[in-house]
Amino acid sequence: MPFASGYFKTSYREDLSLVETRTRRLFLILLSAALVAFPFIASPFLLDLSSQVFLALVGALALMLLTGFAGQISLGHAGFIAAGAYVTAILFKELSAPLWVTLPASGLVGAILGVIFGLPSLRLKGVYLALSTLAMHFIVVYFGAEYESRRDFATGIVIKPPAIGPFTIRDPVTWYFVLLFVAVVALIFSINLVRSRSGRAWVAIRDREVVAEAIGVRVRLYKLSAFVTGAVMTSVSGCLFAYYRGFVSVEAYTLFLTIQYVAMIIIGGLGSILGTILGTIFVVLLPYTIDAAGRALHVPDRLTTYMFAMQYSAFGLIMIIFLVFEPGGLVAIWTRARNYFILWPFRRKAFGRY
Amino acid sequence: MQIIVNTLVLASMYSLIGCGFVMIYRTSRVVNLAQGELMAMGGYFLFTVVLALFKDPLPSFLVASIFSLGLGFMVYFFLMRFLTGESIFAAILTTIALGILLRGLITLIWTSQLRHPLEKMGIANNSHALIGDAVVSTFGIVTLVSAFCLYLGLFLCLKFTRVGLRMRAVGENPLLASRRGIRLHNYYALSWGIAAFTGGLAGMIQSCDAILEPGMVAIGLKTFPVVLVGGLDSLAGIIPGALIVAMAEAVAINYISPQASEAAPFVVLLIMLLVRPWGLFGTKEELERV
Repeated sequence: MPFASGYFKTSYREDLSLVETRTRRLFLILLSAALVAFPFIASPFLLDLSSQVFLALVGALALMLLTGFAGQISLGHAGFIAAGAYVTAILFKELSAPLWVTLPASGLVGAILGVIFGLPSLRLKGVYLALSTLAMHFIVVYFGAEYESRRDFATGIVIKPPAIGPFTIRDPVTWYFVLLFVAVVALIFSINLVRSRSGRAWVAIRDREVVAEAIGVRVRLYKLSAFVTGAVMTSVSGCLFAYYRGFVSVEAYTLFLTIQYVAMIIIGGLGSILGTILGTIFVVLLPYTIDAAGRALHVPDRLTTYMFAMQYSAFGLIMIIFLVFEPGGLVAIWTRARNYFILWPFRRKAFGRY
Repeated sequence: MQIIVNTLVLASMYSLIGCGFVMIYRTSRVVNLAQGELMAMGGYFLFTVVLALFKDPLPSFLVASIFSLGLGFMVYFFLMRFLTGESIFAAILTTIALGILLRGLITLIWTSQLRHPLEKMGIANNSHALIGDAVVSTFGIVTLVSAFCLYLGLFLCLKFTRVGLRMRAVGENPLLASRRGIRLHNYYALSWGIAAFTGGLAGMIQSCDAILEPGMVAIGLKTFPVVLVGGLDSLAGIIPGALIVAMAEAVAINYISPQASEAAPFVVLLIMLLVRPWGLFGTKEELERV
């Protein structure tokens, strides 16, 4: 389906290319230039914010692959993040292991957890699967808490900034580029995965499992692979999250974190990579937007203590609004707008999927 | 002996909360992840009623229960009605979002301070000695008794009344039921009302027995293992489920560590999902339906 008026694919190379049409390439180049130039002009606050977006994007992409494409509901996302963070913290505290040990180790533990907690998905569907992943979250967090209290790190574990060879990632600008790199790698990985054999198999399983099996998709294998892929990406993001914050503590890995990630893919629009990006930006920026709105409206000081509760309620409300009124998410709004302008000023029937 | 008493009290608390969960699930196949928040709302309603209207326990409990019931109806008519017939995933997520919204509202309206409605009522929560130097608090007994009465009432109502029969019909086959002239929306709303009422009752008792604070929603989370062990669609299954989970929790507290008691119900849940995913008393077909 053409993204622009008068653009049709005439060769296989065009069909396979990641960037279609010249305008898109131009925009992509401009966007990359802007992303590279951003840290040199942005304030430290904005820098921190964008690093948070990149970090969250990795986790959100993982959840999108698992839930949006493979159709396996997971409410244990914070558990995978906690697993990555705790593996990093424990290896750092016990063996003072460097980044190039902790990062693969987190990935490995994530993979193991993915297999163990993906196994129920072979038998269970829907609600049951959601509750079994929820159980995983509580069990992982319990082990983390137990480690903290046994080793007397009751207030949390402090992690030193990571070093790769002689370079130490410490200042915000370096962090920005490292996280940007990781996010872009995760993004390209996800895009390519989704349009490859595995991605098509996942979509088939999501849409109709019995038919997928009938046309020769190995359902068990691909369900497990979806869990493992999602879990590895998430735990790696958990490991980076631990290093970026420099601090690991149970309080950070609540059920609310899972819900935030789920909200990202819902608000963005299930089954869309672009939607994941939009949703991640939306959810990460939401609390800060509410804060800024509060300041702009000169909310009296005695009410600022309610700010957190305000953010909480607004978050729930926005999720409800999207679920009830725009189940396709932000990307559906974007697609409608784009379709309107493709042949502007002429109307055309909207087509193209979200 | 003390462990047994604690287990019994905790189990009846769980069965109070879990009962609403199963009622909603049986009638509309929606898994309500906001049950903990509905419970906390009950506690806060009680607190408000005690502050504003009556000091006596009985009328204040009654009025707060009516508020809870109304909250349940409102949740259905203003929110869940739009999701009837949508995918189950969307419905679950909406209940999660509802939970977040309610928790935010609780903190906005009542702040996150610790509250003691019992002190405001001016009655004490005495401990009573039982055989074998076990003790139980007054509201522990209240929990047990109200769970018992509630189950008896629900059982009689579902089995022998017109409304109960229709409710079961709606749960069994919504299409046929609606063809037969049963108003689905009213019965779905009723199930939400009952859920909010039973959850709210649990919240009221809990807020009297211990304290009232937004963190009490965590108890609601532990009811998922309870209903899953018993079987999602089985009202009778909640009681053994609650006993098993409460026992696991009591054992974990006494023999491992207090932290382990947070995870123990979920270990039970995982074991159950591996061995018998449809629960002790649930129907196997349920696995395919959701």
